[in-house]
Amino acid sequence: MAWRGEIDLGTRPATSEAQVTLSIDGQDVTVPEGTSLMRAAALLGTNIPKLCATDSLEAFGSCRLCLVEIDGRAGYPASCTTPVTPGMVVRTQTEKLKKLRRGVMELYISDHPLDCLTCAANGDCELQDQAGAVGLREVRYGAGASHLGQAKDTSNPYFDFDPSKCIVCSRCVRACDEVQGTFALTIDGMGFASKVAASQAEDFFSSECVSCGACVQACPTATLVEKKVAEIGTPDSAVVTTCAYCGVGCTFRAEMRGEELVRMVPWKEGKANRGHSCVKGRFAWGYAQHKERILSPMIRSAIDQPWREVSWDEAITYTASEFRRIQDSYGKHSVGGITSSRCTNEETFLVQKLVRAGFGNNNVDTCARVCHSPTGYGLKTTFGTSAGTQDFDSVEHTDVVLIIGANPTDGHPVFASRLKQRLRKGAKLIVVDPRRTDIVRGPHVAAEHHLALRPGTNVAVLTAMAHVIVTEGLADEAFIRERCDWSEYQDWAEFVADPRHAPEAIAPLTGVPAESLRQAALLFATGGNGSIYYGLGVTEHSQGSTTVMAIANLAMVTGNIGRPGVGVNPLRGQNNVQGACDMGSFPHELSGYRHVSDDAAREMFRDLWGVAIDHEPGLRIPNMLDAAVDGTFKGLYIQGEDILQSDPDTRHVSAGLAAMECVVVHDLFLNETANYAHVFLPGSTFLEKNGTFTNAERRIQRVRKVMTPKNGYEDWEITQLLAQALDYDMAYDHASQIMDEIAAVTPSFAGVSFARLDELGSVQWPCNAAAPEGTPVMHIDGFVRGRGKFVRTEYVATDERTGPRFPLLLTTGRILSQYNVGAQTRRTENSRWHEEDRLEIHPHDAEQRGIVEGDWVRIVSRAGDTTLRALLTDRVAPGVVYTTFHHPSTQANVVTTDNSDWATNCPEYKVTAVQVGKSNGPTNWQEGYDALSRRSRRIDAVAAE
Amino acid sequence: MSGTLDKLVHMANQIAVEFGHQQPGAAVEATYDHLWHFWDPAMRRTIVAHLAAGGEGLDPVARDAVVRLAKRDAA
Repeated sequence: MAWRGEIDLGTRPATSEAQVTLSIDGQDVTVPEGTSLMRAAALLGTNIPKLCATDSLEAFGSCRLCLVEIDGRAGYPASCTTPVTPGMVVRTQTEKLKKLRRGVMELYISDHPLDCLTCAANGDCELQDQAGAVGLREVRYGAGASHLGQAKDTSNPYFDFDPSKCIVCSRCVRACDEVQGTFALTIDGMGFASKVAASQAEDFFSSECVSCGACVQACPTATLVEKKVAEIGTPDSAVVTTCAYCGVGCTFRAEMRGEELVRMVPWKEGKANRGHSCVKGRFAWGYAQHKERILSPMIRSAIDQPWREVSWDEAITYTASEFRRIQDSYGKHSVGGITSSRCTNEETFLVQKLVRAGFGNNNVDTCARVCHSPTGYGLKTTFGTSAGTQDFDSVEHTDVVLIIGANPTDGHPVFASRLKQRLRKGAKLIVVDPRRTDIVRGPHVAAEHHLALRPGTNVAVLTAMAHVIVTEGLADEAFIRERCDWSEYQDWAEFVADPRHAPEAIAPLTGVPAESLRQAALLFATGGNGSIYYGLGVTEHSQGSTTVMAIANLAMVTGNIGRPGVGVNPLRGQNNVQGACDMGSFPHELSGYRHVSDDAAREMFRDLWGVAIDHEPGLRIPNMLDAAVDGTFKGLYIQGEDILQSDPDTRHVSAGLAAMECVVVHDLFLNETANYAHVFLPGSTFLEKNGTFTNAERRIQRVRKVMTPKNGYEDWEITQLLAQALDYDMAYDHASQIMDEIAAVTPSFAGVSFARLDELGSVQWPCNAAAPEGTPVMHIDGFVRGRGKFVRTEYVATDERTGPRFPLLLTTGRILSQYNVGAQTRRTENSRWHEEDRLEIHPHDAEQRGIVEGDWVRIVSRAGDTTLRALLTDRVAPGVVYTTFHHPSTQANVVTTDNSDWATNCPEYKVTAVQVGKSNGPTNWQEGYDALSRRSRRIDAVAAE
Repeated sequence: MSGTLDKLVHMANQIAVEFGHQQPGAAVEATYDHLWHFWDPAMRRTIVAHLAAGGEGLDPVARDAVVRLAKRDAA
């Protein structure tokens, strides 16, 4: 679409169902009660001049530009703060109003630089627009005190702050408060001295600002403006697409000039993000043009050889011949593939199709194996569907939020902002987490209860909460009798009521004070709509699946399922975790979660694909690596995933990869896994392809191509080339045809097509004949499986125990500015906020070891050791240490073990027994790995054909 | 035992312990069902062969589940 700014109706919509009719400039208009005059006029097509108003913020009434006249009322009220009333007669343009507005605008302009022609916001400036709208033709005020000539703050890597251009409308301050909820900005001083200040008048980079971009988006002038806009100019077209970072699935307008991306602006109509963004989606897309991106295919016969650039034809032919050679030598099941949650549904579907139909086995798995596979297992067992139950809008109706094992302000920041908005309006918060995350206590937000449990004891805590609810007689028996299996409930209730599950009994084990746990349980059961949000701190444990089922039990026993404001909400780590799982990426399931032993499902695929599908489950990622070490698994096609850095027990992963004869890495960069690869197929970024992502709320959203793939192909085309080289016919012309096939074979996607998505913006599956516009909230009239299933959740201690050699427990997580293994964000300016992984350690534990802030420390587990610098903090309890895993130089997963969830093999990243001590430098592993990486990344630059 | 076999025994025991708690009266059946639905045939063959070799390290519930696997694979 051609570029134009989004329509701004001036104030937020009213939600009342009551309607009010009034007259504006002689036209009748009917709007919901509570609507402002400004918005009502805008809905009629009348844009009342404004500066401090914008429809993402509460009305403020400070600029005095939006004045109107109302019959029967004295004066000239501001239309942004005046609600409609029945029969009101309003005039928006009179001689008096024109004079008043010109006078106000004249004052603004008298203290504003008149450099419009060279201003970054030229053509996209509300001040400029409004000066035109009010007919300002002269400024009578000349010399005198002004704010001109002040120094710019250019400290933020993505935007500049020019105080000379500030009109002190407070939109940036209000955006930071109301939308983002960080409260980093303020108006410092009074009267003429008023100015916008970040934190305690610091520069933006040093302040508490989290660079979400809400202030930049809200600014009506060039005071806060993207550096890219200053560098490139204003955009000339815009395409709505979906972010490629976390599972929130924010939609953005990719604003372009030609094929150059100027900026990503959060789309107001986006149903996941509602016009908000975080520093990653808004700004950290520079990796797409990074100099380290590989654009030519490469092959080599052995991993100690340098890469050789080749044509696409040679790379694909070589890969196919190697896979066929391996299968001829070692059998049909000696090869497999890994799909990625960073890729689209269409790409993921095609990779699993390649494996099942082209390779002829079910050895396909996805990176969800190492994050949310327990969610799939646990929710399918209890509810019947491997997915969360709500949409993100649901949080606006919740009264009590239980967050367990998730850090939304860092991992899912846009959802966290919406959550904080609800908390500021009175909802209560319970946090279950070993760390004191930012959501526990922040500006105008504080958890009622923070249960800082010992890592690995989730099941004990949740079962104890259920104990309190059942023994206090707070179970919602009406809900349970109507919706759940009553006999299973009775069995479960008897189980949880046992005194061994009482908070007092488990406190020595979990470290959670019994009374705190009791109060938290009582609050959740009695506080109104109760919702549960969880993350990898739940799933990445030896009892990950059990914890998910304990969460489901808690939701069912309190009747918190099947309506807005409640439910079980897994916060997915990557953008398309849900979609990758939906698409049949697991080795035991076809798309739509049908087991490969399902004859009817397999027959459907056989009829469409022309080949029989193996009825036996294939290998999961850890099983593939084990089989490789054992010599039976020899070839692996990995699309968009870096298992060497992201998967646990790095030494074992490297041993498995090194034992294979053909490892194919299909990615943007020579990632860590590529050190062990024989073929590198350059991938395309989310900006260069068409497709869909499915976010954490089951919302399917379009990814739209805004520029030509620099590598030459969209990723699905590369998979198709490989299939064709393997003599398996694929002949799609466009990603939409792949979605059509997905819809044809996947009941929950039956109503999905690109045309439907273009029409509706997005849909949440199930989307089919029964729900043609999708399903925002699941299990409304009953569970998908029939009756909800209560499952006994006995706490079983992990085998990973502390002791004299390894007295501390390591847990891992992510930070706001970085994403997953950092392949994307490390290649952006985001690294300025997080240049290295650090080890958080409690001051008491540090003192015992003679460690001071910034010291290099060695962390050692039963699996391995690495070094990194120490960060002393009481965010972690004594006995617990924490780090992120964004940097390959640290390789936190050298330390993590191959313990895994009992049901799904999801690794137990969150509990590793370790010892920490001072260090003089890198470990032998780090030095050896660094040398290997340098050697492995050599490229013989031979021109491709 | 090899590293992989060690892991398979450990995994089978983990599953057996969980189902032993979840469904005390049907733990063997549940464990067998889980192995059948989630384990690759080569993994199942390895654990069945281990049982035939004495089944060292297998929890009783896991052992009985693997006995059932062996019977089904033999059928």
